[in-house]
Amino acid sequence: MKGRLFTKKEWDKALRELSKSQKIFVPAKEKDFHNFTVLDNNMEPDFDFQNTRLSPKSIVFPQSERMFEYTLDETSPDAHILKEAPKDFPPQAVVGIRPCDAHAFQIVNVNFDNPEYKDPWWVRRYRATTFVGLGCNEPCSTCFCTSVGGGPFSEKGLDILLHDLGDRFLAKAITEKGIEFLDKIGSGKEASEQTLKKAALEAEAALGKISSSVPTDRLKEKTEIELFDAPFWEKIAFPCINCGTCTYLCPTCWCFDIQDEVFRKEGDRIRNWDSCMFPLFTLHGSGHNPREKKVQRVRQRFMHKLKYYVDKYGNGVACVGCGRCVQFCPVNIDIREVFELMNGY
Amino acid sequence: MENPYLPYPVRIEKIITETEDRNLKTFTFSFINPEHEKKFSYLPGQFAELSIAGKGEIPIGIASSPTEKGYLTFTVNKVGLVTSHLHNMKEGETMGIRGPLGNFYPWEQMQGKNIVIIGGGFAFTTLRSSIIYMLHPENRNKYEDITVVYGARTPGMLLYKQELEEWEKRDDINMHITVDATQDPTWKYNIGFVPTITEQKIKTADNAIAIVCGPPIMIKFTQPVLEKIGFPPERIILSLEMRMKCGIGLCGRCNIGDKYVCKDGPVFSLAQLRDMPPEY
Repeated sequence: MKGRLFTKKEWDKALRELSKSQKIFVPAKEKDFHNFTVLDNNMEPDFDFQNTRLSPKSIVFPQSERMFEYTLDETSPDAHILKEAPKDFPPQAVVGIRPCDAHAFQIVNVNFDNPEYKDPWWVRRYRATTFVGLGCNEPCSTCFCTSVGGGPFSEKGLDILLHDLGDRFLAKAITEKGIEFLDKIGSGKEASEQTLKKAALEAEAALGKISSSVPTDRLKEKTEIELFDAPFWEKIAFPCINCGTCTYLCPTCWCFDIQDEVFRKEGDRIRNWDSCMFPLFTLHGSGHNPREKKVQRVRQRFMHKLKYYVDKYGNGVACVGCGRCVQFCPVNIDIREVFELMNGY
Repeated sequence: MENPYLPYPVRIEKIITETEDRNLKTFTFSFINPEHEKKFSYLPGQFAELSIAGKGEIPIGIASSPTEKGYLTFTVNKVGLVTSHLHNMKEGETMGIRGPLGNFYPWEQMQGKNIVIIGGGFAFTTLRSSIIYMLHPENRNKYEDITVVYGARTPGMLLYKQELEEWEKRDDINMHITVDATQDPTWKYNIGFVPTITEQKIKTADNAIAIVCGPPIMIKFTQPVLEKIGFPPERIILSLEMRMKCGIGLCGRCNIGDKYVCKDGPVFSLAQLRDMPPEY
């Protein structure tokens, strides 16, 4: 399929219609920034954005997820026995996801869906989600997707790629799931050769607008121990205040904690996003902590993304170049500089 | 879809206080659903998550041996929220076990070898499992000499005292029990730290493999002794501890370099550890 054209009005109307039968996440303005929100009649989607403040990872991997429920009521024969919290995983779509964030889902998927273990909540939700991407006509100054296997119009991890042509969207279905979704939206119009050519030129121009790049070619050459012992970690970590913002904004950070919560006699086992920036993350019961110093924790975060992940999966770095951590780090730690240091070491 | 986070319901059958400080108790569990016992097929060295509804989970080495049918045992040190609650639980109560998790001692590589077991303090649990396993009539002839060095701070801090005495009496296992210090005039075993006793008692590394499990300080000082005796790093096997949550390599916290202690470990050879960042 070459591409179908929808006027933005048609697209909006069709999405709203479809949102009556399935959950659709769209970007929407929230004060000074955008975030993904469930489409309903009380809100206006806004596709005129660079990227959302938070990555859309929570659509598949919620910040807090009820895993199990149980009763502590001794009169119940099932007291203290955990049951999977009942929930269903109907088809859902995220429309307007940037190609970098879609790429991130692929990167995280190898963790949660591996030959030995399948995380039941991630796997079911990921499979139920249709990813409708929106190419980036105007990338940010902090974007470096093209250095890490992506691009402003990359199709990685997407079922459909949308191209904003001003008053119309050009939609290209990439997977079967994408074709099915587009069929539900409507037929649109067949894009003419001229329109396709214009779109291709615009996509190429967007590539040229990516002003940041990072080197990755030598990350595999050094051993983990060599990079671990490199002299630059103290300097990188020095300003860090261990706030964890980078880990919460990052589309490829997947670490989580598991906690129990009880109200009266009913309880839940819940998993929550966690962060390797916090000392509690690795504190042993004995009091020993293998990463008690912040330099160890900062090193862990970058080593995980740029070395351990690279060695473990042979699938590139665990960074999609979205630039969120660069933009929002309160002390200006810049992962692009860490790429330079690690790759150049 | 199989849910790898769902614990099997178990009943506490028996609780034994092991040590004089009453901080270590051994819990024996039986599966409430017999099918789960079949699914819980393990080898010595593996661990499991003990799960208490309302409190949480803790990763603990399995102290029973797969040759002991019908139950599982775990020896638990009282340190935090879950272990403190567990120490106050009673026989007959219901909780959960999730596992078996992690890898095990290299049982295939160990066949036909002299086995040297070195343990310290309450890290003796999976070593107990290993000894029971090797001494089982079906397994004993798969291994040559079995030598055990096991130390604790005081006689009252040794685990499994009754079994230690039984093993002392046998001629198919060489026991070297030691304590750091004691005022007890009737103490008939060794006095001295584990590395010292190891150096005195283990004379050769010929055709031998050493399994070491203990507090970091003991491991640190035992390694050079074993290397001096002649053990190459490939034949020094260690079991590590790490804070864990999921136990199946997904939650991200127990890594050392690109390995997860929960899934790629907890058992590593010294040779493997030397290729990993020293972050444990």
